[in-house]
Amino acid sequence: MSTGPASLASTGSGPRDLLARMLLIRRFDEKLLALQKLGAVPGHSSPYVGQEAIAVGVAAELACGDMVASHHRPTGHALAAGLDPGRLFAELMGRSGGYGRGKAGKHQVSSLDHGFLGANGVVGGGIPIAVGAALGQRLQGRRAVAVAYFGDGATNTGAFHEALNLAAVWSLPVVFCCENNGYAFSTKVEAHQRIKDIAERAAAYGMPGAVVDGNDIEAVRSAAREAVLRARAGQGPTLIDAKTYRWYGQYDADTSLAYRTQDEIDSWKERCPIEKLRAQLSTAGVLDANGFEALSREVDAAIGRAAEWALASPKSPPGEAAQHVYAGEEPA
Amino acid sequence: MSARTMQQALRETIDALMAADPRIFVIGEDVGVLGGAFGITGGLLDRYGPERVRDAPISETAILGAAIGAALVGARPICEMQFVDFTFVALDQLLHQAAPAHYASGGANTVPLVIRANYGVGGGTGPQDTGTLYGAMLQFPGLTVVIPSSAAEAAALLRQAVEDPNPVLFLEPRELYRSSDGAADLPPLPFRKARVLRAGNDVACFAAGGMMRKALAAAERLGAEGVSVEVIDLRCVMPLDEETILASAARTGRVLALDEAPRGGGLAAEILALVAEADAAQGRRTLARRLSAIAAPIAYAPHLAAAAVPDAAAVEAALRALARTPLP
Repeated sequence: MSTGPASLASTGSGPRDLLARMLLIRRFDEKLLALQKLGAVPGHSSPYVGQEAIAVGVAAELACGDMVASHHRPTGHALAAGLDPGRLFAELMGRSGGYGRGKAGKHQVSSLDHGFLGANGVVGGGIPIAVGAALGQRLQGRRAVAVAYFGDGATNTGAFHEALNLAAVWSLPVVFCCENNGYAFSTKVEAHQRIKDIAERAAAYGMPGAVVDGNDIEAVRSAAREAVLRARAGQGPTLIDAKTYRWYGQYDADTSLAYRTQDEIDSWKERCPIEKLRAQLSTAGVLDANGFEALSREVDAAIGRAAEWALASPKSPPGEAAQHVYAGEEPA
Repeated sequence: MSARTMQQALRETIDALMAADPRIFVIGEDVGVLGGAFGITGGLLDRYGPERVRDAPISETAILGAAIGAALVGARPICEMQFVDFTFVALDQLLHQAAPAHYASGGANTVPLVIRANYGVGGGTGPQDTGTLYGAMLQFPGLTVVIPSSAAEAAALLRQAVEDPNPVLFLEPRELYRSSDGAADLPPLPFRKARVLRAGNDVACFAAGGMMRKALAAAERLGAEGVSVEVIDLRCVMPLDEETILASAARTGRVLALDEAPRGGGLAAEILALVAEADAAQGRRTLARRLSAIAAPIAYAPHLAAAAVPDAAAVEAALRALARTPLP
């Protein structure tokens, strides 16, 4: 396999391909944590580990030209959209080879060539932007779908409610995908809203809401497929409530057990989305232990190459701090 | 060119731009059926239909966010905020999403977005709908803020704003909406350049938007007394045209910076800072002062609102006092 597919459409969507992509995301985040310990990552990281079935499952239902708006935990969505792991590492390391030449980091990394509208450091901030991207494409005669990813915490922001309502009244082709990992940083979902399922909020905006097991890639794909078809047919947006869990903290340095227990973390590790798909493929005779071992080695090698490439990428000259403030007026 | 009001100039310019470029669309509250709370988008819905003239729910964050998203993928939104004050309801989108988008992508992404909003003191709306707020915008690198001072300038600047690849906040002085200047076509200027409206040698007066008429009237009267005032329409207050400001300050040696916004930080303060830095670098002493609104919210009662902002008499007095002060 390559270190990263070139576009959403060019990625294979067979079960082995999906497993490979989930594994790529997992290994990327693990490598990023290791690089961080070595001092190679100047900022924080927010591992996507545990949620891989959502980014990969939704991406499998998208087509070339579709778009994705991410949040502060962007690595899964970025890699599922086909961003190159080397350039993504470089961005998170603040190197010139990164997608924003090291100016964005994890909170604003983007690649419009991949339909990746960008991560977001403001919870809920990217949701209206996804709505606008869908609108902008429609106004230019293109039938593109936009996916907005956000966590359970974001569903309490004004941006979420305004964006869902706007997409609904204008029947825009948007899939609102809540990665409901049970916590808004340290606050349990039960403590930050009164409803059982975030999908219930869809009713307030006259759109369908679906609850899915976010750790089951087939369940995610099924819900995403229906939402994407609906969007592309001009029938408007859908809200997906994908239940999942983040194995690591809110960010790398958050190892707190003040708001959750080790038992809870361990119980969710038992429900690993990658292991679930691997076991299914094994049972179905698609991928045996040796095959998985080989796949795992391929992914590790790709991540190793990507990290080496990023480490070799030079830092931008300090003068670049003042560049790219205004488009069309770059210094010679 | 026949005399037209700033309202008419804006409406006709949007119409002409939309006719020429199908990527352009209008989004905002009451911009369609009503034609805009101040009539700027009147008739556009009939001409271009509801896809391109979009009446949005009262959701400033979603409106501005949607405009940003559309701009990122190549559309050209003209987004109306009913008052500039409401732009701050959507501050996250303006400050964190639009302004740094080009920068954070290392120059790859552009957000060709125009946000139109009226501003101005008075009108009997009390402290919430009478903000100037452009002073705060000086802290958002990546954002461009322009203010027209006449109908002709409004047409020229709006055209440039829509053609510019950056997010532009286009501030319309509410008090000038119905005024017509009857001006002939203005000589073209680059988008972010200030315009020397009246050349002079004794004092340089910098202003924008609604303060321009006060500056010009005062300069006219002082001219009759033999005092030569240079009047400069800043046009673009973020980023400032430092070259024109400093050249004028250096030539006259006396500077008055006018500001409709509250004293303390902001536009006039920045002009004075620029002059002070240039003085320090060149071992010179420019006589520089500012005339701003008072540092208070704007009151509902018209006489109290009027008392907050320097009037033409205050501008004239300040210019006269400066002109009479001997240069160091």
